[in-house]
Amino acid sequence: MNKEFIEIRWHGRGGQGAITAAKIVAGAAFVTGYPGVVMAPSFGTERRGAPVMTSLKISRKKIYDLSPIETPDIIVVLDHLLLAEADVTRGLKPGGIIVLNTPKTFESCKFKDFRFATADITSISVEAGLPHGTVNTGIIGSLERAINLLGMDILIKGIEEEFRTRKPEKNSLAAKIAFERTVTGG
Amino acid sequence: MHIIENGNVAAALGVKLCRANVIAAYPITPQTPLTERLSEYVESGKMKAEYIPVESEHSALAVCIAASSAGARSFTATSANGLLYMHEQVQWAAGARLPIVMCVVNRAVGAPWNVWNDQQDSISQRDTGWIQMYCSDHQQIIDSVIKAYWIAERVSIPIMVCYDGYILSHTYMPFDVPEQEQVDAFLPPFRPDYALNTEEPANLNTVTLPDVRMDVRGELAHGYMEIRYLLHEEMRKTLTVALEAEKSFADIFGRSGDPYLEPYLCDDAEYVAVGLGSITYQLRVSVDALRKEGIKVGVMGVRFYRPFPDAAIASSLKGRKGLIVFEKALSYGYEGALVSDLKSALYEHLAGTGDLPMVQNFIAGIGGRDIRTEDLTQTLRAAIKSRIAKDPLWIGLKL
Amino acid sequence: MGTRNYRRKTSHSDNGPGDGGKTGSWRVERPVLDQSLCIPCKRNKEACFICWLFCPDIVISRTIPPTINLEYCKGCGICAEECPTKAITMVDEAAFSEEDKE
Repeated sequence: MNKEFIEIRWHGRGGQGAITAAKIVAGAAFVTGYPGVVMAPSFGTERRGAPVMTSLKISRKKIYDLSPIETPDIIVVLDHLLLAEADVTRGLKPGGIIVLNTPKTFESCKFKDFRFATADITSISVEAGLPHGTVNTGIIGSLERAINLLGMDILIKGIEEEFRTRKPEKNSLAAKIAFERTVTGG
Repeated sequence: MHIIENGNVAAALGVKLCRANVIAAYPITPQTPLTERLSEYVESGKMKAEYIPVESEHSALAVCIAASSAGARSFTATSANGLLYMHEQVQWAAGARLPIVMCVVNRAVGAPWNVWNDQQDSISQRDTGWIQMYCSDHQQIIDSVIKAYWIAERVSIPIMVCYDGYILSHTYMPFDVPEQEQVDAFLPPFRPDYALNTEEPANLNTVTLPDVRMDVRGELAHGYMEIRYLLHEEMRKTLTVALEAEKSFADIFGRSGDPYLEPYLCDDAEYVAVGLGSITYQLRVSVDALRKEGIKVGVMGVRFYRPFPDAAIASSLKGRKGLIVFEKALSYGYEGALVSDLKSALYEHLAGTGDLPMVQNFIAGIGGRDIRTEDLTQTLRAAIKSRIAKDPLWIGLKL
Repeated sequence: MGTRNYRRKTSHSDNGPGDGGKTGSWRVERPVLDQSLCIPCKRNKEACFICWLFCPDIVISRTIPPTINLEYCKGCGICAEECPTKAITMVDEAAFSEEDKE
């Protein structure tokens, strides 16, 4: 992965908070030496539960190209069922990373050509004290475990700031546990 | 202070910092989050303003016209069919010489129905007498709203601040939010020459005759033609006022540029791509790629579209071998709007001098069709190699 | 100078007789005021003046009693309609002599 310019595509369902997660990561990137960050949700009519996509570009220089990501370095999938529904791995660079929330074991996930990082974020979030289905903060821990780029301290700070009125410590705890338990490889 | 937010929030913050007194807007995708954010500011007391929910865009601008006539700094925002719905009032506000600022979050117009980005909405209002500014990133959005009130209140002409729907409105990127003290120092309170009041009632914009006539004071009052001429003439003078605004802005906020044009690698460019809004930033990536191949190409963003900065454009682009104009709108039945204005300016200033560049027109992104950077690069490369056609060519068409 | 400069570039005219043109022979009925019902007259103070407020031609002055400039009054009847005490009635022009019509 080229640490000068990174493209991350997030796949979730409407209402799951993929945009918030991407925004937290964008904020962390911005304060750690990436002045260029651009985050764009899928454009158009919306409804809860529909597959949605958010793109996040991180760069050492200001980003002028706002067009959709074609060859992401990383895919973040908030709901493993989306693997069957949407073509989530489209354009993923060879050797690219898939960060996946799945209840299945690491070994049972098959992705040729790609590396991956898996954790059962759904259960981890409940363990951290969050309502069932709140996965957008836990997944940030998994992402950082996979790319080791920004540092958990700054991400925790971002999570607690974003969620300051909505269980900040539980949300950051979910990220911390996910960071510890995410299995990477491939 | 830098924050990471979307373009609609950048616009809302600009309006809040300008201390607008009256906001009347009707929601329409992709402008909706902008009006919602403003209503939250007013509700929470962060903004001391009247937020007037109206039942249509026509009413939104009508309310702003009334409020501005009564001395309030007024704001509205819309997109596409909302802008078209208020078109009658758009013409009115300009003729009434009211310094209203309106954000147009660019979106395609129906029919057929489409919520995604192109620029047909604001381009179709080109001839109304509104000043038009186009933004390419969030810093330009917030800064342009602030500059717009300064300019509008100086020249008594309404201003549209336009930015690409979704691509800018819903996309998050970092930008600097000025301090309230800085904006207060730059933008004084609105003090119109006349504001409706019961002590000094007036008839505004009643029937105005084709000819001049004696008014109740026994003085010769202007006819319709004089009033309309003055709108045009003072719009042309706004080109100078924009320079003053830029200078004053730079003194207080520490950043500035050319108010009319935003060039990138144009100094030695033999070929220049031209456009309005975020596509000009995307073209920088294509320009960088072609420069690596040894092609001397640059890109020029046009910031002020009306009044059209014809002299500045002609002097920046004269002597180039070719201009490639990319547009997200057109005048149906002929060609792109920007390319027509561009050719007219070049002809006016350069005909007979031997410095007239060849011009090509491309239409892209209509109805939000994705504009792939690779397609822009290939198009630019091919257009530079040889003039493809006189007529505009549409990129990415799938007939 | 401020207001006058603004007026150069806008259609801005003062309220007053003459802005709409003289009545001529347009009027069919004219307003007649019964001072015994008129609030400012009865109270001998500046009050009500709803007729002044509503007159679309601004030909009523806030005097006691309110005065109506018949040179410009079009006889629209809005003052009579709006007067809260029905102090104004609309009377056919024919009831008035040629001298009255000056």
